[in-house]
Amino acid sequence: MPVKLKWGLLDALVVVFAIVPVLWIVSLSFKTTATLTDGNFIPREWTLDNYRTIFQTDQFVRALVNSIGIALISTLIAVVLGTMAAYAISRLDFPGKGLLVGVSLLIAMFPQVSLVSPLFNIERQTGLFDTWPGLILPYITFALPLAIYTLSAFFKQIPWDLEKAAKMDGATQGEAFRRVIAPLAAPGVFTTAILVFIFCWNDFLFAISLTSTEQSRTVPVALSFFTGASQFEDPTGAISAAAVVITIPIILFVLFFQKRIVAGLTSGAVKG
Amino acid sequence: MTAVVEKPRKAARSKVALSEGKRQERRLGWLLCAPAAIVMVAVTAYPILYSFWLSLQRYDLKFPGDREFVWFDNYITVLGNGYWWSAFGVTMLITVISVVFELVLGMGLALIMHRTLIGRGLVRTSALIPYGIVTVVAAFSWRYAWTPGTGYLANLVTPDGAPLTERASALAIIIVAEIWKTTPFMALLLMAGLALVPEDLLKAASMDGASAWQRFVRVMLPVMKPAILVALLFRTLDALRVFDNIYVLTNGANDTRSVSIIAYDNLMKGLNLGIGSTMSVLIFLTVAIIAFIFVKLFGTAAPGAGDEGKR
Repeated sequence: MPVKLKWGLLDALVVVFAIVPVLWIVSLSFKTTATLTDGNFIPREWTLDNYRTIFQTDQFVRALVNSIGIALISTLIAVVLGTMAAYAISRLDFPGKGLLVGVSLLIAMFPQVSLVSPLFNIERQTGLFDTWPGLILPYITFALPLAIYTLSAFFKQIPWDLEKAAKMDGATQGEAFRRVIAPLAAPGVFTTAILVFIFCWNDFLFAISLTSTEQSRTVPVALSFFTGASQFEDPTGAISAAAVVITIPIILFVLFFQKRIVAGLTSGAVKG
Repeated sequence: MTAVVEKPRKAARSKVALSEGKRQERRLGWLLCAPAAIVMVAVTAYPILYSFWLSLQRYDLKFPGDREFVWFDNYITVLGNGYWWSAFGVTMLITVISVVFELVLGMGLALIMHRTLIGRGLVRTSALIPYGIVTVVAAFSWRYAWTPGTGYLANLVTPDGAPLTERASALAIIIVAEIWKTTPFMALLLMAGLALVPEDLLKAASMDGASAWQRFVRVMLPVMKPAILVALLFRTLDALRVFDNIYVLTNGANDTRSVSIIAYDNLMKGLNLGIGSTMSVLIFLTVAIIAFIFVKLFGTAAPGAGDEGKR
């Protein structure tokens, strides 16, 4: 079976390409201090010390709470606002629709670093600097185009005749949306939520520019500030362990929702 | 097909006086879009205008008393500065090289994900890992891999050097990290285009004696053109923002700063809002110009641009 073998080899190549850097950081996180710098891909001595260390430091635990909280709240708000807008875009006829689509496209391409200086100053003056809302606001903004595109694509595939039927039975547009369309749209909304969460979870630029203390620092930023338990200790093990911890949700999403994520990313982008 | 039939009817309807239901639909449309539109405009349009205003002032947080309106002096300062142009060059270099590699590799990955006979789920799942993983995490993995002594790659490839401390090799590593992280995203966008290629057409071409390469160039590529342009546009503009990888891998040492890094440094280390805002505006203009060129050169293949018209 040379054809299957050929595909098998190509598949293997992709898998190796994708997971070697991840396995490497996992390997580092399990190495003991003594073997940390031996350069071996597989640890010679295994230990959980690095994980124990990070969960005992406030620096990491606070950051993890911040990361989870900020990402979840941003996702929730972005998906709710995105669902409303995407429903209107895919279903309703109103002037200004093209403008909204255009604006979200512009924001999807917007250089985020351009906002860092002005937002820093605005947030400093309004007291939003170094708070959860101070990060949630830009996250929602940049997640919205993604949410609107993905959701509009999903909504266009829904059998909308059901909505008409509901309206004929006396339901208002709002009721038709809540009772009939919302359940049908749920899978698309869920997929969008995953994509938006990944986006918020990933952010580094806003998180490092708009925070200054543990009060709202997220894990990617905390990682870059890790110094180890004492000043002279090499933080490599701790950073690796923390890196693995924040990779776990991503791995779970990918393992369980691969089909949805692929569908979400491919449907929003190109519609012929 | 249905949409094509429906369109003229809709247009005709809107010419007559708006019915009550029609007006209600409009109001609901605006109502549903308003929150999203307000947030997006408030957090981007207002700050970028504010940024322009700040860029016309001498405004250093270390010397707040010296704040003064100086017109375009900051622009002269930035544009006459070697570090800015070095960062600009580095950004362009990283963007061009990584996007070219990603296009080629992404096309290969898309073909594998789309056509493989075995283990399709496995391939797709693994390909999503680089897409989903936190960039900072991946960057640390690459950094430790290239740290002399600690890293498997450093010991293997450069046993007696420190690749992250030399400009050329550090840039190469940054580019590799970028390519690794975003090739799957490129591949997914391309796969969407690949799904549009009609199987019959490929079979017919194959029966007419077209080789695999000919089928790819003559049949697949033309159909995929819009998808390729969208993928290129998105990835180019995304690559121009490169920040996380450089921050972790070199922190801009040895002239590896990108424009994002230099703007960040100016704000956070220099606390110079005037100069930082000037860079913000310049980066914004650069991106706007590149996006404009893309759309002009390749037509309105971008999503949304012809969203309804195309159907």
